Amino acid sequence: MSRKSSKLLSEGSDWTFELIEIYDREIGRIAHTFGLDTYPNQIEVIRSDQMMDAYSSIGMPVGYNHWSFGKHFVDVERNYQRGLMGLAYEIVINSNPCIAYLMEENSMTMQALVIAHACYGHNSFFKGNYLFRTWTDASAIIDYLVFAKKYISDSEERYGSQAVEEILDSCHALMNYGVDRYKRPHPISAEEEKRRQVERAEYVQRNLNTLWRTIPQTKQAGDDEEERFPKEPQENLLYFIEKNAPLLEPWQREIVRIVRKVAQYFYPQRQTQVMNEGWASFWHYTLLNQLYDEGLVNDGFMLEFLASHTAVMFQPSYDHPGYRGINPYALGFAMYSDLRRICENPTDEDRSWFPDFAGGNWLEVLPGAMRDFKDESFILQFLSPKVMRDLKLFGVVDDDKESDIEVSAIHDSDGYRRVRELLASQYNLGDQEPNIQVVRVDLTGDRSLTLQHCQHERRPLGSTTEDVLKHLHRLWGFPVRLESLWQDEVVETTSCPKIEEQTAA
Amino acid sequence: MSYIIDRRENSKNKSAVNRQRFLDRYKKHIKKAVSDAVDARSITDVERGEEVTIAGDDISEPVFQHGSGGRRTVVHPGNKEFVTGDRIQRPSGGSGGGGAGDASDSGEGDDDFVFQLTQDEFLEFLFDDLALPNLTKRHLKGNFSFKYEHAGFTNYGVPAKLSVLRSLKQAKARRIALCGNSRKLLAAAIEKLEEAEAKGDELGAFRLTDEIELLEKRIKRVPFLDTIDLRYKMHIKRPVPTSQAVMFCLMDVSGSMDQSIKDMAKRFYLLLYMFLKRHYEKTDIVFIRHHTVAKEVEEQEFFYSRETGGTVVSSALRLMTEIIDDRYSPNEWNIYGAQASDGDNWNDDSPTCSKLLREKLLPMVQYFAYVEITKRSHQALWREYDQLADEFPESFAQRHIQKVADIFPVFHDLFHKKDAA
Repeated sequence: MSRKSSKLLSEGSDWTFELIEIYDREIGRIAHTFGLDTYPNQIEVIRSDQMMDAYSSIGMPVGYNHWSFGKHFVDVERNYQRGLMGLAYEIVINSNPCIAYLMEENSMTMQALVIAHACYGHNSFFKGNYLFRTWTDASAIIDYLVFAKKYISDSEERYGSQAVEEILDSCHALMNYGVDRYKRPHPISAEEEKRRQVERAEYVQRNLNTLWRTIPQTKQAGDDEEERFPKEPQENLLYFIEKNAPLLEPWQREIVRIVRKVAQYFYPQRQTQVMNEGWASFWHYTLLNQLYDEGLVNDGFMLEFLASHTAVMFQPSYDHPGYRGINPYALGFAMYSDLRRICENPTDEDRSWFPDFAGGNWLEVLPGAMRDFKDESFILQFLSPKVMRDLKLFGVVDDDKESDIEVSAIHDSDGYRRVRELLASQYNLGDQEPNIQVVRVDLTGDRSLTLQHCQHERRPLGSTTEDVLKHLHRLWGFPVRLESLWQDEVVETTSCPKIEEQTAA
Repeated sequence: MSYIIDRRENSKNKSAVNRQRFLDRYKKHIKKAVSDAVDARSITDVERGEEVTIAGDDISEPVFQHGSGGRRTVVHPGNKEFVTGDRIQRPSGGSGGGGAGDASDSGEGDDDFVFQLTQDEFLEFLFDDLALPNLTKRHLKGNFSFKYEHAGFTNYGVPAKLSVLRSLKQAKARRIALCGNSRKLLAAAIEKLEEAEAKGDELGAFRLTDEIELLEKRIKRVPFLDTIDLRYKMHIKRPVPTSQAVMFCLMDVSGSMDQSIKDMAKRFYLLLYMFLKRHYEKTDIVFIRHHTVAKEVEEQEFFYSRETGGTVVSSALRLMTEIIDDRYSPNEWNIYGAQASDGDNWNDDSPTCSKLLREKLLPMVQYFAYVEITKRSHQALWREYDQLADEFPESFAQRHIQKVADIFPVFHDLFHKKDAA
């Protein structure tokens, strides 16, 4: 007993910088033996109010100023002070070195948990997952954000904060439509941006002029049919506006670009919630248990850790008053843990469902299941019948043409595949967000911009559509029309300014 | 490889700018909430902020999202009783069960947005376009208090302010200047003397000894410390704007003042107190209550004990004059008076009041406000004061309050920022 206790890294719940260093070294050592590949870590100890700051700037370590972040902050602050909400124990930023925040108020156990979760779990995910690898550039993001902050505050100085705020408001409304979903963007770099920014402003302005030439060109033979612009529908609304909006000043275009770049940076995070949290939770659980097995931490440490682990992993059932949809931590953790089980102790069911890797080496299977997937495909590929049974998943169809809701599939042998497909599509951003694209610009007429919304499962647009169109109209400067399509027929049209006003004027 | 950084000492309030922008944007809403809140406060209760509610519609950040309708499939956890093909009645309220998935995407939804203003922000909004009257004028008149400040050294002064270090420095410099040459000669002479003694030149040695003696005497004659070396610390009087205020709350507690009138008066005092507190480093309050005789009391007694009897307003004004003479010199204090009453006064007393105010009080105070809280018509006191208001438009004002809702507007009116013209 005395030998064992002499190996303990610490006793008691107070942390010190030395202890954090020791724990980090030990956890890092264990992580290394499991083959986790990470960026270097930058662990920052902060106060709770600084955590609220970090929170409200949506995880950007350097954020430009905007009232909406203030609103967010005010909200977080109030909820925290009233005890409605505990602050997250950590925030981790996809950058190189990977920045993780530890809160001063946490006990040593919680700090160790956060180090394992953020500095080795999330960190290795950022470094390994294909979406992050291709869409974000961890080494450049901080510099870029610094550039963006400076550019925006300079613009405020030159053009007034009111004008800048308006542009930002409009851009934020369209932020989710500022990402390239298929094309790999160039990595961003602050220096490059600065160097090219002037050049780009001139180039865009010059090109616009050819597009919006007002002097009639002599028509060539065979040019009768009107040329369509854009030639193909465009899904990246902000990009389209940045390049083609007729009335924007160069600085306004640059701000559109900044919001677009930030949206692009966060896009992988929105697509890998379950995987990212699941992966990090799986590893904090595995790493800390290993610490315990090696006798480096005591029972009290483990009890505190398990208490907070279970609290985070809690999945209320659909009829629970606290039910807010599926908890990505719970689902992700369950899936990665189950993958390990399938490798180590496969049942017959597992062998028939996952012949490729049942009984395989989990240290190879799991990293593969982290690297090459996003939530949608990850669930489609790896959600096992056992996890569905454990979580008691069931799918319901709510069709407004029917009087009742129908249970379409449950966790039984007939329903596994169906439930899995349904759950996967629930994490498909393409289905979750209305599919809206730019289809037409009236180059010769009133310069109006036409968007099309292709309805998915007959789902109409929400009540905020008109407000968003107002923002789009502000950016475009000419009338904007949005057509909702169901099976290639326009079922609803919204426009800004409204048609009636136009005819009256 | 990990780096561990302690960021706890980093500046606070990284979000302050964003928070301020948010407040600016919703100024209109917040101001309304603030002035509503004023009517529901107690005088001691200035140490907290205020909760502000803004309707969800006004504050939302719209994005494209799906509305209700169409066909949607959702996967839920925790199935207990359902099997495939079960049909369930749609939960009432439309978006009950099915909408649960949406709620997480859209954040606040349509709920009202509620948040807390800090006390500072609360007062900022409350007194947004108000200013203290006569503040600048009073300063120009030269009513400053003074502060002594260190301002270098001087040659003359009292012993208490002697700067030893400076004086010794000075003395040393003088000594170097006056003896430098002699010391050089002395050193040379000593050297020569040694040489002479070595050579055995007795006559030379004797002459040199004489010379050395002479030089040593000369050096000795330069005093270690001379009166011209003395340096004194100098302090100058620098005027600082008076930054303390005293507020006199005068209230009639005769039988005719019931609790509701007192409550209204109290709210008025509360506003005035909060307002003064923002402008002055130190704010004292003196509570004077009166019926036929005036008495200085504590806050609790001021607002809550009841007395009966007639009303002699001048007794309170007289007591105020006495207290000012006694404790609050107008040179050091900015004096504000606020009198609340239902307008009753002993008939013969009203001219005395106005005389007291005109001759004694008004020249001393920054501002004197009289609020009459009554639903009846005005009486003699109001009419007397009316004349005063004409004579002293700068430092005297009276207003009439009928109901609780009047309080803030009246206050606002009294202290409204006047144009610089």
